[in-house]
Amino acid sequence: MVDVPYDARADAPPAEVPEVELYHPRSWWTQYVFSQDAKVIAIQYSLTASAIGLVALVLSWLMRLQLGFPGTFSFIDASQYLQFITMHGMIMVIYLLTALFLGGFGNYLIPLMVGARDMVFPYVNMLSYWIYLLAVLVLASTFFVPGGPTGAGWTLYPPQAVLSGTPGQDWGIVLMLVSLILFIIGFTMGGLNYVVTVLQARTRGMTLMRMPLTVWGIFTATVMALLAFPALFVASVMMLFDRLLGTSFFMPALVEMGQQMKYGGGSPILFQHLFWFFGHPEVYIVALPAFGIVSDLISTHARKNIFGYRMMVWAIVGIGALSFVVWAHHMYVSGMHPKFGFFFATTTLIIAIPTAIKVYNWVLTLWRGDIHLTVPMLFALGFIITFVNGGLTGLFLGNVVVDVPLSDTMFVVAHFHMVMGVAPIMVVLGAIYHWYPKVTGRMLDDWMGKFHFWVTFLGAYLIFFPMHYIGLLGVPRRYHDIGEAAFIPSSTHTLNAFITVMALIVGFAQMVFLFNLVWSLFKGRPSGGNPWRATTLEWQTPETPPGHGNWGKELPVVYRWAYDYSVPGAAQDFIPQNQPRATPAVQGAAP
Amino acid sequence: MAETLLTNPGASPAPAAGLRGFADDWSSDQRAFKNVSWGKAMMWIFLLSDTFIFSCFLLSYMTARMSTTVPWPNPSEVFALTIGGHHIPLILIAIMTFVLISSSGTMAMAVNFGYRRDRVKTAVLMLVTAALGATFVGMQAFEWTKLIMEGVRPWENPWGAAQFGSSFFMITGFHGTHVTFGVIFLIAIARKVWRGDFDVERRGFFTSRKGHYEIVEIMGLYWHFVDLVWVFIFAFFYLW
Repeated sequence: MVDVPYDARADAPPAEVPEVELYHPRSWWTQYVFSQDAKVIAIQYSLTASAIGLVALVLSWLMRLQLGFPGTFSFIDASQYLQFITMHGMIMVIYLLTALFLGGFGNYLIPLMVGARDMVFPYVNMLSYWIYLLAVLVLASTFFVPGGPTGAGWTLYPPQAVLSGTPGQDWGIVLMLVSLILFIIGFTMGGLNYVVTVLQARTRGMTLMRMPLTVWGIFTATVMALLAFPALFVASVMMLFDRLLGTSFFMPALVEMGQQMKYGGGSPILFQHLFWFFGHPEVYIVALPAFGIVSDLISTHARKNIFGYRMMVWAIVGIGALSFVVWAHHMYVSGMHPKFGFFFATTTLIIAIPTAIKVYNWVLTLWRGDIHLTVPMLFALGFIITFVNGGLTGLFLGNVVVDVPLSDTMFVVAHFHMVMGVAPIMVVLGAIYHWYPKVTGRMLDDWMGKFHFWVTFLGAYLIFFPMHYIGLLGVPRRYHDIGEAAFIPSSTHTLNAFITVMALIVGFAQMVFLFNLVWSLFKGRPSGGNPWRATTLEWQTPETPPGHGNWGKELPVVYRWAYDYSVPGAAQDFIPQNQPRATPAVQGAAP
Repeated sequence: MAETLLTNPGASPAPAAGLRGFADDWSSDQRAFKNVSWGKAMMWIFLLSDTFIFSCFLLSYMTARMSTTVPWPNPSEVFALTIGGHHIPLILIAIMTFVLISSSGTMAMAVNFGYRRDRVKTAVLMLVTAALGATFVGMQAFEWTKLIMEGVRPWENPWGAAQFGSSFFMITGFHGTHVTFGVIFLIAIARKVWRGDFDVERRGFFTSRKGHYEIVEIMGLYWHFVDLVWVFIFAFFYLW
């Protein structure tokens, strides 16, 4: 086989796009601060998102302290509790998860995985980060303005969001809306880059159906974000006008403190439609990158090709498309026409099909694989379990008759934390353990990693699993103090205290993780270029961490899909995507 | 099939037509849209996103208009001018629409001359487009002033539903902002064309990328989009 003289590189399709000259930094400032290199921008995005995410984590501890031991912490009053809830939710969903998956992982992995030197428009990409930073700073500033941040809940439902009974009515809500508008502008700049890079800047031989599923997940999520964020943008602008100019887009006629307000004729339900037309795709904007990344983690660490690659791709695309027609399942109790409820319940249940396909394919990839229980693999397994759990409760809440009694109870809180809180965070953490060696050239400490995983995984389960029972009892969410009620047994309070203790323990494990990140940067074991023996292009760079322009002199050429693990007859148990075939490809062979 | 195309470029036939060609492009490597530059692809995708923004604005406005319980002011009356003793409904809007559609024509001619690398004609036509755009914004400012003088505010108006003023200022304001940004960029690019930046592939101040005449066409895409959006605003806001 080896002695056949065959130059695969010459046989690859010729380059269609001439090389674009990169911007070369001329000073420390342009190299590390105002950098146009997607890898630096990715790290900036990740660090900013993690920093504001830590704020949200601390807020969750404060909320749990209040819920677990009501009355003990006098510094948490009802207004602050609502403010903590609002900021925790908004930060986690938008400023942490969306920014980290798309701005962080997207920026780092897309150019490397499709074999590009950088994003297509590095300057616009840089602007994207700085506007995102501005949005985060505006958001954080609400903690320090008179009245504090808004306490309207992360959904910001009008009319209460702009009324004086809600904390943060002076400044909080205004700055929150301004911050969201900035975030959307910044994200659009980055998002256009990610989409065009995937569509138009792949290397020779990299077809769409040879892309790693990570890229598919991030790509589809970005397309969705570009179509879903406009609704939030419009809703934010309109609510800003309601608050500042006194328009009545969302505000009906109201009496406040015995006074007839000047509002009248607006529709709060219109806001809910706009918000959830953004809000539901947002769930999948967070979930699809996680789906993609976890597929790659499972395949790499089980040394087996992903099961049903094409089905996985179409499932991602199908979920992305379907997620635009399910939004009103968040509005079953809004007084919507029951026939709409029937329609949206049906579409919601249909979306379970491609999702279930993905879960089966992950499990079938593991089936009889050579499973290495590395830290990334542990997190990937943790993801499957929490995601299935959260997905099953989603079937409960997707049905109108089951949702109505469960609406606004802790059951809902448990459901969405399982499915789009814990599950994507599991993937984020696994992905950090997986790609940290490529970013820094050093491995994260394994012992600390395993400690981090077990405490986080078991702890998160012990936090959110009991919460389902509390919700089934009818305990409402967003209550500062549930007090004494006939339908709430006293054991609920014991369970709440237990959940709080677990939340603090899980929080402590995250501190160990942060310590690990810093410690390993200096003391970690040098990783080499490809410590996981993975096939995808980012592990084949000439330097680790990859240099400016990623690939040295010549761009890689791709000859195969991303999942050639344990190929029978191959010298190693993995074949990199840029390793030429020994003989000309046979027509009709697998990709 | 894609496999053979990939590994035997010498034998690859002429691009297939229709669906077959579409499938070939999307299953090929490097680019999904063949012969479409990065900048043009990016503008198209941005415009798709922007379409969603304007759609959300217009749908919200329509919701407000359909669900209001008080009368909606009659646009023919509100947007009428008395010229030389004649009361003409919608006359200003008609002129504005005519100006903006005409600017699309001059923009299309600018793109044409840009591809012929006719420096002067391209620059002049872009400046004419910018002037027409600025005229449009000017007339819009006149219209806003007139309505404000008559007592229309975002929160109220003398004739009926308060959402009339809110939607009017918000939607025309957002569109006017688009036109204004377009005018600024038209002037900036016209200056570069005039100076010959694209003949010598001079590097951009911010991006340090080489400039090409293609930017004129990308600018044109944006401009035509803004015009098209106006047609919808015209139809849904003024003619309804």
